Amino acid sequence: MRYFQIFRVAYKALGRNKMRSSLTMLGIIIGVGAVIAMVGIGEGAKKMINTQIASLGENLLTIFPGSHMAGGAHSGAGTMTTLTEDDALALRTECPAVSKVSPVVRSGGQVVAGNLNWGTSIEGYSPEFLSIRSWSMASGTFFTDQDVKGATKVCVLGETVVANLFPGQDPVGEIIRIKKLPFRVIGVLSPKGQNAFGRDQDDMIVAPYTTVQKKLLGVTYVNYLIASAVNRSQMDAAIDQITELLRRRHRILPGQDDDFTVRSQLEIATAASSTSKIMGLLLGVVASISLIVGGIGIMNIMLVSVTERTREIGIRMAVGAKGKDILIQFLVESIVLSLIGGIVGIMLGALSSKLISTIFHWPIFTSVSAIALSFFFAGFVGVFFGFYPARKASLLDPIEALRYE
Amino acid sequence: MDQVISAEHLVKIYTLGDYEIHALRGIDLSIEKGGFVAIMGPSGSGKSTLMHILGCLDRPTRGKYLLEGEDISSLDRNSLARIRNQKIGFVFQSFNLLSRTTALENVELPLLYNNSYSKERIEKAKKALCLVGLEGRENHYPNKLSGGQQQRVAIARALVNDPAIILADEPTGNLDTRTSIEVMEIFQTLNESGITILVITHEKDIAMYAKRNITFRDGKIVKDEIVHARKIAKDELLSLPETEPEEDA
Repeated sequence: MRYFQIFRVAYKALGRNKMRSSLTMLGIIIGVGAVIAMVGIGEGAKKMINTQIASLGENLLTIFPGSHMAGGAHSGAGTMTTLTEDDALALRTECPAVSKVSPVVRSGGQVVAGNLNWGTSIEGYSPEFLSIRSWSMASGTFFTDQDVKGATKVCVLGETVVANLFPGQDPVGEIIRIKKLPFRVIGVLSPKGQNAFGRDQDDMIVAPYTTVQKKLLGVTYVNYLIASAVNRSQMDAAIDQITELLRRRHRILPGQDDDFTVRSQLEIATAASSTSKIMGLLLGVVASISLIVGGIGIMNIMLVSVTERTREIGIRMAVGAKGKDILIQFLVESIVLSLIGGIVGIMLGALSSKLISTIFHWPIFTSVSAIALSFFFAGFVGVFFGFYPARKASLLDPIEALRYE
Repeated sequence: MDQVISAEHLVKIYTLGDYEIHALRGIDLSIEKGGFVAIMGPSGSGKSTLMHILGCLDRPTRGKYLLEGEDISSLDRNSLARIRNQKIGFVFQSFNLLSRTTALENVELPLLYNNSYSKERIEKAKKALCLVGLEGRENHYPNKLSGGQQQRVAIARALVNDPAIILADEPTGNLDTRTSIEVMEIFQTLNESGITILVITHEKDIAMYAKRNITFRDGKIVKDEIVHARKIAKDELLSLPETEPEEDA
């Protein structure tokens, strides 16, 4: 039989039992819809976690000074002051896997602008801050290397600080007082929201680290360093190079412990993405089970259909249909059922994904590969569950089939 | 003369558990081209079994069967299907049309299985319907046709592939007298145009329209004779009292 004819016959046969055909399809529709929506949710969660991690800074490395030990009691990491500005400069020039470095000097205090005041943290960085932390400016400009060299009293405000000190105004060009010293506001950072631990990242003032060291704190050390690896695959190389360099600079003998710690974003990222991978897999498995149940529904209906149409099969065989022709006819019917179900299911899945993401504000990512995969999976279910009934039909004895009432 | 059917010592034995049923006990039969044979016999005499074997729906247990010179006895399922498609036209007692399928599509059915093109199929099917006098009813569904009309659709279906022989199993069994004669008229007309026909019936009246009668009993041929007082359906119809012309249901 010609292909077009096969599909026409299948289409007509299914059209004769519209109610039954659509109920059978419903199983596949729900199965495919569930796969699309569930995989979408899994993908969306993965994407969200990835962007959150990326928002901390692309390929971010943090170098803390070693912990201070007094009388056998370890204080927390970062309580020692072994890291200096020169360490930062050395990292920048001597570690090929490190692209950018910024010292971090942290202070805090009451900030006054006009008749308003606000207690916040004042953090000193180098101009590389923006690219290391993947941050951008909402308005104005960031300070430059000149400002760092001259320890000028300029600063950049976070969104929360602007809201409290300059409600409804543009702060760029204004003067604020930090610990009684006047600072000129040269820019505003774009809002970044809370970090993974719930801290408001916009509640801070950024200034050149030299300014914080000399004008606010009067110290020469830095609190810690942040750095960027050249790319994600160079993270481990960067950690090794930094460790090697700092041990040399700090004259640590072999066998002695480091007086610093290097932490990477990668550890967190790997843990988070493997969690979301497992979640996506689980959702996919649960949804696939409903697709298989839909397939069993197809098999059930096709078996009923073969029995009901025994006489038709007999007639077709009497006029010359081979077993293969009958097999293909019933197989195509179940494939058509499952593929139409698949297409409707894809639309339903995409629609419900859209609905879920609008109502619950979940990020849902419907990927083309998930759509293609579930479409082919639906087709496979049609073939797999349609084969047994179709084979049964093709093996009927024409004489018996013609006699069947 | 060309033999359409030539069977030698056909034996068919069914095994039901421990029992053996001898449905055919050595049948020798030959039917020449253009023949019109009626097979009669009581039920259980093996005439349906013979029909199944001659129609390539079944294979004989023993014996040799040549259809247009081709040995059928040892062919496999697929080859038998091909033979049925190309050389055999079936007409059944219960019409066996596909319901919810138009007359035209029913007639097209055998052509679906030999890769004919759509245009050719429709042309042949229309011609066959025309031959049985059903022009203009191509798009009627079987349930909108009378019994006689349904049987004529079935005859058109049997004709459509230019078969070597038409096998009709009790073709008039479900029809009234007049319609039966109308069906036999079609068979006679087709036979005159050269088509070989084999009819199975248990009505003596119907057998009288054929050229040759074969009587079966217990799986054997007991009588094989030329019909001398052959009835001509056309004349019979004229002598029947006038009835209302057949209406579309």
